[in-house]
Amino acid sequence: MSNFTEEQIRRYSRHIILPEVGGKGQKKIMETKVLIIGAGGLGSPIGLYLAAAGIGKIGIIDGDVVDLSNLQRQVFHHTSDLDVPKVESAKNKMTAINPDLEVTTYNERLSAKNIMSIFSEYDIIVDGTDNFPTKFLINDAAVFANKPLVHGGILRFDGQVMTIIPNQSTCYRCIFHNPPPAGLVPSCQEAGVLGVLAGVIGTIQATEVLKLAVGKGRLLSNRLLTYNALRSKFREVKLHRNPKCAVCGEKPTIKELIDYEQPVCAL
Amino acid sequence: MPVKVKIPTPLRKLTANKGEVEVDGKTIGEMIENLEKSYPGLKERLCDEAGAIRRFVNVYINEEDIRFMQGKDTSLKDGDEVSIIPAIAGGNIN
Repeated sequence: MSNFTEEQIRRYSRHIILPEVGGKGQKKIMETKVLIIGAGGLGSPIGLYLAAAGIGKIGIIDGDVVDLSNLQRQVFHHTSDLDVPKVESAKNKMTAINPDLEVTTYNERLSAKNIMSIFSEYDIIVDGTDNFPTKFLINDAAVFANKPLVHGGILRFDGQVMTIIPNQSTCYRCIFHNPPPAGLVPSCQEAGVLGVLAGVIGTIQATEVLKLAVGKGRLLSNRLLTYNALRSKFREVKLHRNPKCAVCGEKPTIKELIDYEQPVCAL
Repeated sequence: MPVKVKIPTPLRKLTANKGEVEVDGKTIGEMIENLEKSYPGLKERLCDEAGAIRRFVNVYINEEDIRFMQGKDTSLKDGDEVSIIPAIAGGNIN
């Protein structure tokens, strides 16, 4: 433990005394570089807990500024942060928790153009986005870059989490194929989300990141965890890799990244 | 032979907002036909014009994906829980 400062030993003592983590595991956490995509509902608990846990470097990407309607669930942001770029607000909160943390901010939208160069800087990718086009883009890029991806999605009272180890476990496209057509996507009137659901799903995603970093436990790979907040029910279904998957199957047809059009919401 | 079918959020407008419905059916195929009788419009969301289950729709009996069993011919037994699991994204109105 000679590499820890005394302050670090105290700060991380509740991790270090866990046999499954220990000094070695904490060291691994501190050497891990994580990219969080989205500084919103999911990104907030993910970033706050990973900062507290001692992740060494966090990249955070989001092109939006803080809006009043965000504050019901996006706990990164305070009322005093209105109109501030979300990534700036996120960085301030994470470094306030843990000054050892190095944060890189990307105040931009993720696209097929910038995604591979951003991914190349990180060990683990976490999806905290709110839309299908970006989720498919992230999945495909994670497969191309061969980086573990922790996926999360929330809507109304439902959430789901899965961890993708490219070319080893089921990817997002293996099961969901393409962004769903209009009929299966809720319109804005049917949308909305219970704020705290972002906390439940985001903290499960952060847990997966820490397990990946430490190399312990059983990941949510080849399984999809779903949670319904109204019924207080967790369910798990088994996933299988799809040999015909367009991105990670035997004969992949997707060889370039795709910027899907954002479905327009008629509110 | 009634089975419980979990209806995902995006399809609940067709089931009067019910998140779980009970229908009869000896197989997944029969179950879908019976679902359509009670909740018109559901079948075309789940199946394509040829009657095959759409690629982006995932149907599970208990924990297992029917694609890795007998697809629409997979038999159902009393008390089985069928889930239709779509991809989920949302939370923000842009």
